[in-house]
Amino acid sequence: MTEQGIGAAVARREDRRFVTGQGHYTDDINRRGQTHACFVRSPHAHATLNGVDTAAARAMPGVRGIFIGEDMAEVGPLICGWAITDVNGEPHRAPPHPALAIGKVNFVGDAVAVVIADTLEQAKDAAAAVDVDYGILGAVVDPATAAPDGQIQIHETAPGNLSYEWAIGDQAAIDAAFEGAAHVTSLEFTNNRLVPNAMEPRACIAEYEDGTGDYTLYLTSQNPHVHRLVMSAFHGLAPEHKLRVVAPDVGGGFGSKIFIYAEEVVLTWASRHIGRPIKWTAERTESFLTDCHGRDHVTKAELALDGDGKFLAMRVNTIANMGAYLSTFASAVPTYLYATLLAGQYTTGGIYCNVKAVFTNTVPVDAYRGAGRPEAAYVVERLVEAAAAETGRDPAELRKTNFVPTDAFPYETPVIMQYDCGDFAGSMDQALDLAGYSGFQARKAESKAGGKLRGVGFSSYIEACGVAPSAAAGSLGAGVGLWESANIRFNPTGNVQLFTGCHSHGQGHETAYAQIVADKLGVPYEQVDVIHGDSAKVPFGMGTYGSRSAAVGGSAIVKAADKVIEKGRKIAAHALEASEDDIEFAGGNFTVTGTDKAMNIAEVAFTAYVPHNYPEGLEPGLDETAFYDPLNFSFPAGTHICEVEVDPETGSVSIERYAAVDDFGVLINPLIVEGQVHGGIGQGVGQAMLEQAVYDNDGQLISGSYMDYTMPRADDVPNYDVGFNGVPSPLNPLGVKGCGEAGAIAAPAAVMNAVHDALSDVGVGHIEMPATPLRVWQAIQDAAA
Amino acid sequence: MYNFEYRKAGSVDEAAGIVGSDEDAKLLAGGMTYIPTLKQRLASPTTVVDLNGVGGLDGISADGNGVTIGAMVRHAAVAASADVAAAIPALADLASHIGDPQVRNRGTLGGSIANNDPAADYPAALVGLGATVQTNKRAIAADDFFTGLFETALDQDEVVTSVSFPRAGKAAYMKFPNPASRYAIAGVFVAQAADGVRVAVTGAGPCVFRVGEMEAALAANWSADAVAGIGIPADGLNEDIHASAEYRAHLVTVMAKRAVAKAG
Amino acid sequence: MTVSVSLTVNGEAVSADVEPRTLLVQMLRENLDLTGTHVGCDTSQCGACVVHVDGESVKACTVLAVQAEGADVKTIEGVADGDTLHPMQQAFHENHGLQCGFCTPGMIMSALDLVKNNPAPSEKEIREWLEGNLCRCTGYHNIVKSIDAGAAAMRG
Repeated sequence: MTEQGIGAAVARREDRRFVTGQGHYTDDINRRGQTHACFVRSPHAHATLNGVDTAAARAMPGVRGIFIGEDMAEVGPLICGWAITDVNGEPHRAPPHPALAIGKVNFVGDAVAVVIADTLEQAKDAAAAVDVDYGILGAVVDPATAAPDGQIQIHETAPGNLSYEWAIGDQAAIDAAFEGAAHVTSLEFTNNRLVPNAMEPRACIAEYEDGTGDYTLYLTSQNPHVHRLVMSAFHGLAPEHKLRVVAPDVGGGFGSKIFIYAEEVVLTWASRHIGRPIKWTAERTESFLTDCHGRDHVTKAELALDGDGKFLAMRVNTIANMGAYLSTFASAVPTYLYATLLAGQYTTGGIYCNVKAVFTNTVPVDAYRGAGRPEAAYVVERLVEAAAAETGRDPAELRKTNFVPTDAFPYETPVIMQYDCGDFAGSMDQALDLAGYSGFQARKAESKAGGKLRGVGFSSYIEACGVAPSAAAGSLGAGVGLWESANIRFNPTGNVQLFTGCHSHGQGHETAYAQIVADKLGVPYEQVDVIHGDSAKVPFGMGTYGSRSAAVGGSAIVKAADKVIEKGRKIAAHALEASEDDIEFAGGNFTVTGTDKAMNIAEVAFTAYVPHNYPEGLEPGLDETAFYDPLNFSFPAGTHICEVEVDPETGSVSIERYAAVDDFGVLINPLIVEGQVHGGIGQGVGQAMLEQAVYDNDGQLISGSYMDYTMPRADDVPNYDVGFNGVPSPLNPLGVKGCGEAGAIAAPAAVMNAVHDALSDVGVGHIEMPATPLRVWQAIQDAAA
Repeated sequence: MYNFEYRKAGSVDEAAGIVGSDEDAKLLAGGMTYIPTLKQRLASPTTVVDLNGVGGLDGISADGNGVTIGAMVRHAAVAASADVAAAIPALADLASHIGDPQVRNRGTLGGSIANNDPAADYPAALVGLGATVQTNKRAIAADDFFTGLFETALDQDEVVTSVSFPRAGKAAYMKFPNPASRYAIAGVFVAQAADGVRVAVTGAGPCVFRVGEMEAALAANWSADAVAGIGIPADGLNEDIHASAEYRAHLVTVMAKRAVAKAG
Repeated sequence: MTVSVSLTVNGEAVSADVEPRTLLVQMLRENLDLTGTHVGCDTSQCGACVVHVDGESVKACTVLAVQAEGADVKTIEGVADGDTLHPMQQAFHENHGLQCGFCTPGMIMSALDLVKNNPAPSEKEIREWLEGNLCRCTGYHNIVKSIDAGAAAMRG
């Protein structure tokens, strides 16, 4: 490890612009002649559109244009990019989602019209004057009752409001295994619906240059090239080479900025009609109504154990709420990102999972930090903890009895995953230590003396990061490849620009990727710049989500660096008058083996651009691009242990301790990795204790602002004790595993297992997320009754 | 925000004159509730009359009877006031827990009570201490000032100028916050007030109210145990996704008990 | 119908013509090009817009621009001393107290007001002070650590 190479806790270079207010987020950008858009949105969850009268609004000051769905008929509808095959062999039902509604609105916030005016206030004033005639229909809100026949029908092409029924595993074999079980643990619960709430609201600016026919879209995107591809290929807005998508500084994503939304489609299309740049920035209320939400499962789960506590089989039935339409990657979340993780860290004999994906009159649900894996970890870890309690076993011991042993890798699970490596028991032991588990009973007694209930909960999660390889994903329905690109460009003076197809919106790529390049090429860290987020600059890339940037994007960098070294070796061999085979590369120097004859990589770069003494036939320049398609997912895993204290009088829960030990393989920058773990845990704690999107029976979002949607605040969460037990992945050249989602995946089960443990002292058997004071107090009352 | 005319008032009389002659004109104090309301286009005033900078509304004075606080005194100033802390420490403590630091730096006593949000903290202090609201027209007893959900006894042309809080014996405020907004789900101010024991509840109902049974119990025996067994009916209490009426009723008792314990 | 507003921002006398309905944060961002002050919500809760007005932290989304007439306003752009970061900014950097950076200006402006009032805040006091500042990235751990370190550095 060099001082600023792989493994160094380098403080981030991007910080300076953010701590001084010099960041450039989309809303900070203003273009000459810019106009402003305001969307007219449906106040009803389900209604026919009988007419949209824009006459009065058009006459208002500053208005440049007003468009409705019919005006944009030439533009293709928003799509879902992952096709799931139903149990009956048919493709999933993905009804069209026009960017501006045509004929019907299907959720509160569905865009009906766009008003474009010189100022934002003028656009808002005019939007308020657009008169929409709605024919109000009954709304479908509860996913558990969305599918029955004879119900309100949202889409004609999706009978029973069912998008698909999908299953994995041999149902008959699993049923048989349950027959012979010594004990069956059975739970029914929901996985609460969440609002992503990146602090920067979504925003975009679209502009069209008539002289060249070029479009430029500044956008809060986690994956600008994916936006460009979809907007070109499916919406037909512009050919790819005439559409530039720029994702500048982006203030958090958590999945919500992966998707192709109506607003960027409308603005890009309208920019040509208006002939001026158009800007739109969501107000937070719009974010609540229109950003894709996360989770929202209703699940029945069962675990069969033999007399020794070994897990024989698992049976899971889930209803997944898709909202009003299938969003960009929505269909993959409750299937291939969920059911395939139900083996957890265990040698469970067999698993069957059935998923019904249903439509409701709510905003679409799609990937949110963890995407399917938090739901899976919650199923597995709640079942295991409940099984331990029901059979009188120590929860840590029961887990250890069932862990995949370290000598069993690569390990094939019953749900199509092949785990590459891991040390599950080692992480558990380390976590027990870090959590001070041996002192728990004493702390519990102390709490009891103060009238409080204390509980401890475990979560031994596993996740799959960096969806891969492309061919396998394609065979399961993915509509895109899932590789990543990197371009390492040496300049003649020896400094380096790295162009990556991943996108940083808080993850610190500008620092961590520079560390990789510095480490692999021996270039001073300060002399490496990282460029991302502009389709006109960087090679086609898939962006950042699913904890893929290190394992996939980082590996692409290593591949590009290998190409640089390979070419550099030829240049050095020629200059040093040696055979290529005799050139070694280390620490930035090409050296003739066994001699002190050497050439620095900066000198090699200069030679490549000033090729006076140069190998015959070799192209000038030192500028190498690599595309990396991984062999498999990476499988981060670990154990989180949470300790809570409950005030039974008020129902308040406080987190007293939180310990996490994770296996992320090799750490590129431990400072950044710890930050990712902290942030994930914060969101997981939010899901467990605070956050819930609540719609009423009419489909109105009750928790539609920070007045009612509880965001974790600084005094809601504790300090986190974070440790690592890295087992380098053999499947990628860096040995890394994804770290961005682990906290959000592990924490809900750890917290809720602790809450259940504490409440078991007063006879409470079951409580749903979020464990709010009201819920906890009510559960205690009900148990006492 | 809809557009409006902005007038910076030079005096209380000028402000009262403007709102008295135009029922769609509105006074602006700290703006911590009203500006968000305007932002969401939930109000469309013709004229916004800014009381910031009006002389004589921003003082705190104490004497043997109690403490008088100007209508435009910020929550942070009340929280930090040595006079308030010496005269009625429970009042300073209450002010130090209103909203967040930025709200406390801007929000005012007069604005808070004139708005009479059912979940605001100050109404509990006014009623709990038996305070008197002074306006440009008259003095109004706190018991008569808060008349209903977002309703007060103020006339259209009436401007709060100060509030006088009589000294109390033991007193304390405890609230259970809404997890999201941090407003009070149930807040209880208990005091050995100048005219006897008072127990005032905010957050639980549509408007601040007193609990006579608790007052009587505490008058006889000032202890947490005295109120621990006194429940209040859930009928008519507020209900939302964060708290049922029954839960609020329960929390009133718990907060009353804890407030008495805190008061010592 | 606009009103002329004159004030001092980061030590410089500035003025702008704004509508009465213009918020201080809009004037800073749109009229004065000080885009370091962010807008993250519409209910005055997220704290991304915190600035100092006459030395005290306020939410610039909940003050009208016209109300800032004659005021002395400091924004995140005015915190560093030339090229040298303020100790609080430096502490956020060294302690990884930011990720996406969107909430950071508000966090720092709020933290500076805390330290002005309480030069040596405890962890609990820091956490409670941040009630009006939301962060979605960090889980707050490193923000609290940064403010603790920044306060220590400011004490010298």
